[in-house]
Amino acid sequence: MKKSSIKRFLGLFLALAVVLGMTACGGGKEAGGVDGDTIKIGVVCPISGNSAIAGKYITHGVEVVEEELGGKIKIKDKEYKIEFIYMDNEASEEKTTNVFQKLIEEEKVIAIVGPDMSKCALAGGPIAQKAGCPIVATFATNTAVTEVGDYIFRACFIDPFQGKMAAQYIWESGYKTTAVMFNNADAYATGLTDAFVEAYEGFGGTVVAKEEYSGSDVKDYNVQLTKLASSNPECVFFPNLLGELGLQIQQARAAGLNCPIVCGDSADTPEVGEVAGAAVENVAYVSAFSAEATTDAAKSFVEKYTAMFDGETPNSNAELAYEATQMVLYALQNADELTREGVRDALKNIEGLELPSGKMSMAEDRNPIKGGVVMQYDADGVSHYVSSINPD
Amino acid sequence: MKGKKWIKAVYPAAIVALIYLLVTVLRQLGIMNGYYNQVLMFAGINIMMTASLNLVNGFTGQFCIGHAGFMSLGAYGAAIVTGMLFKHTDSIFVFLLGLFAGGLAAMAAGMLIGLPSLKLKGDYLAIVTLAFGEIVRALLRLVKPIGGARGMIGIPGYANLGWILFFMALTLFLLRNLIHSPFGRAFIAIRDNEVAADAMGINTTKYKMTSFCIAAFIAGVAGGLYAHVISFIQPDNFSFTKSADFLVYLYAGGSGSLTGSVVGATLLTILPEFLRFLADWRLAVYAVILVLVMLYRSEGLCGGLELPFMRIRRKELYEEPLFGKKEKGKEGQA
Repeated sequence: MKKSSIKRFLGLFLALAVVLGMTACGGGKEAGGVDGDTIKIGVVCPISGNSAIAGKYITHGVEVVEEELGGKIKIKDKEYKIEFIYMDNEASEEKTTNVFQKLIEEEKVIAIVGPDMSKCALAGGPIAQKAGCPIVATFATNTAVTEVGDYIFRACFIDPFQGKMAAQYIWESGYKTTAVMFNNADAYATGLTDAFVEAYEGFGGTVVAKEEYSGSDVKDYNVQLTKLASSNPECVFFPNLLGELGLQIQQARAAGLNCPIVCGDSADTPEVGEVAGAAVENVAYVSAFSAEATTDAAKSFVEKYTAMFDGETPNSNAELAYEATQMVLYALQNADELTREGVRDALKNIEGLELPSGKMSMAEDRNPIKGGVVMQYDADGVSHYVSSINPD
Repeated sequence: MKGKKWIKAVYPAAIVALIYLLVTVLRQLGIMNGYYNQVLMFAGINIMMTASLNLVNGFTGQFCIGHAGFMSLGAYGAAIVTGMLFKHTDSIFVFLLGLFAGGLAAMAAGMLIGLPSLKLKGDYLAIVTLAFGEIVRALLRLVKPIGGARGMIGIPGYANLGWILFFMALTLFLLRNLIHSPFGRAFIAIRDNEVAADAMGINTTKYKMTSFCIAAFIAGVAGGLYAHVISFIQPDNFSFTKSADFLVYLYAGGSGSLTGSVVGATLLTILPEFLRFLADWRLAVYAVILVLVMLYRSEGLCGGLELPFMRIRRKELYEEPLFGKKEKGKEGQA
C-alpha cells in the first residue's frame, strides 16, 4: 500500500477513535416490570455446563412457586399474569452478563432470581445495578456479592457465617484437630476455608493440615489425601463444590481417613452420595435447610416438591431458589408501586417472612438474617437433620 | 481515478463507522437493546483474539493453544492500571494506558515464553503454550492483592461498543498490512516450509518470536477490553476452555484468512445466543452445526478466501515500479 493511503487511513482511524470513544453507548435506567397486566420475573441458573445439577434443582424450586401461583398473582386487589423466564448461564460469567442484559433490556423483567454462583453474581451484579433491576441471588455466598450495590440481594447466608457454622459444629462435637483440603481455584472454597480456619482457631482448635488442589477438573486427590491422613486429624473439612465432593469422600476413605468428614453447603445433593457410595456414611454438612424440618412452610414445600418431581427430595439449591422467588413475590405484593425501584425498596424491608427455612428478615447489608442446619448422611446416602445453628 | 483510490482506501474504515452508527441509531429507536450491544461487544473482542491467534496459527504455522493466558495477563494488567493505580481518575487516557499496559504485560510474557520454546516445532510448542496458559492461571490465583481465586471486582466499565469496534478495526488493519509486509511474507514462508525458509536466509526463530509477541500484544489489549466490559475477572475465566473457544472460532472461520477470523468469531459468538429459543437443546444444536461446518467445509467457512479490502494486490506492494521509473502521480500526496 502506498504511503499516502496509509496516512489517510491512519488519519481516518484517529478521527474515528475520537468520535467513537467520545460517544458512549450508554443505556440509562429503563422502567421495566409491568407490561399491561403481565409481570415477568427472570430466573438465571446453569441449565447446562459443569453445574447443570444445581440448575436442575433451581428450576424445579422455582417451578414449585409457578405451580402454586398458577400463572396469576393478586397484588392489591388487582390480578396480574405472572411469567417466569428461565435463562441458562452455563455457570459462566460471560454468559451471565449476556443473559442479564437480555432479561433486563429485552424481556423487561421486574426482578431476577439468581444466579446461584458468586462469580456469576459478581459479573452480572454491576449490570443489574446500573440498569436498576433488583436481583435476588440464590446461592451466592461470597460477601462481595451484595456489596456491588443496593439492587443486589441474596437468599442464602454468607461464607463467614457458613465457615463459622462448620467450625462451631466441629468444635462442639469435641474434635480438637481438623485437616482441610480445598480447591484454591474457586472463590467459594477459598472463602469458606478462610472463614472456617479463623473461626475454628478462635474456638481453640488446631488445623493440622491444609492441602490445596487447583480446579474442578482435578479428579485424583490421592496426593493431598495421603498428606491429610498422615497428619492424623480427628475430623476433615472439605469446603468444595458438589461436582468434586463425591470423589473426594470416596478417595478419602480409601486413603484411610476414617474420621468424620464435614463439608460446606454444596454437599447438599443426593448425587454426592451416589458418587461416593457407602463412603458417604458419617459425612456431615452445613446447610440452609433440611427436608426433615417440621415447620408448616417447610412441610408443604417438601410435599409439593416431591409430588411434582417423582419423589425427588429438594436440596438447598431448590429450597433457596424457592425462597428467593418467594422473597420477590412478597416484595411485589408489598411494593408501593410496581416498578423495579418499588420492588427493591420492598425487598429491603422484608420482615418476618415465613419461609421453609424459618422466619427471615432482610438486614441492612441486603443479606438475609436466618439460621442454618447441620445434616449428616447415612450409609444409604440419605441425609438427616443433626442440629440447628442460629446467627448471634 | 483519484476518487476511486480514495474510496478504496477509506471504505473499510467507513464500514466500521457505519456499523457503529447503525447500532447507535437502532438503539435510539429501541429496536436493538443492551443485550445485542453486549453480544456485539463480546463478538468484537473475540474477533481480536481470533485474528491475533490467526497470526500465530494461521500465518506463521505455529500451534498456540494457550491464547487465553495472554488474554488474562492483558485483562489483569489493564484492570490493575484502571481499577487500582488510577482508581479515582475517570479519563480516556487512563483507559488507553491500561489497555497499553495490558498489551505490554502479555507481550512480555509472550517474549518470556517464546525465547526458550520457539525453537520447538509443532506439537511440542503446542504443549508448551498449553502449559503456559495453565501456569498463568495458577499464578494469578496466588496473588492476593488482585483478588486471588475470587478474582478482581469493581473494574470500571470503560469499554463500550465504539471502543471495541475501533480496536477491532485497528487490529485487522494492522494485521492485514503486517501480513503483506516483508515480515508477513517471512511468516508465511515459515508456515509453508520452515526448512526452506531457513535455507533462504530467513531467521526463523526471530520471525516466529515477532509473530508470537505481536499476537500476544493484541490478545492483551483484547483482554483489557474484556475486563472493562465484564467488570469482574477471575483466573478461572481464562482456562483452557477459553483458549479452545478461540481455536474453534479460528478453524471454523478458516485459518490463514483474516476474513475467516471475523466471520468465525462473529458467527460463533452470536450463534449460542441466537439459539436460546431452543432452551435445553441449545448447546447440542450448536455442536451439531459446528460438526456440519467442519464436515462440509473443512478448510473453514472462509478458508483461502479474503474480502477485497483485506487483500493487497501484488502491484500495490511496491512504492514504485521496480523497472522503468514512472512519474509519480499527484494522487500520491494526501
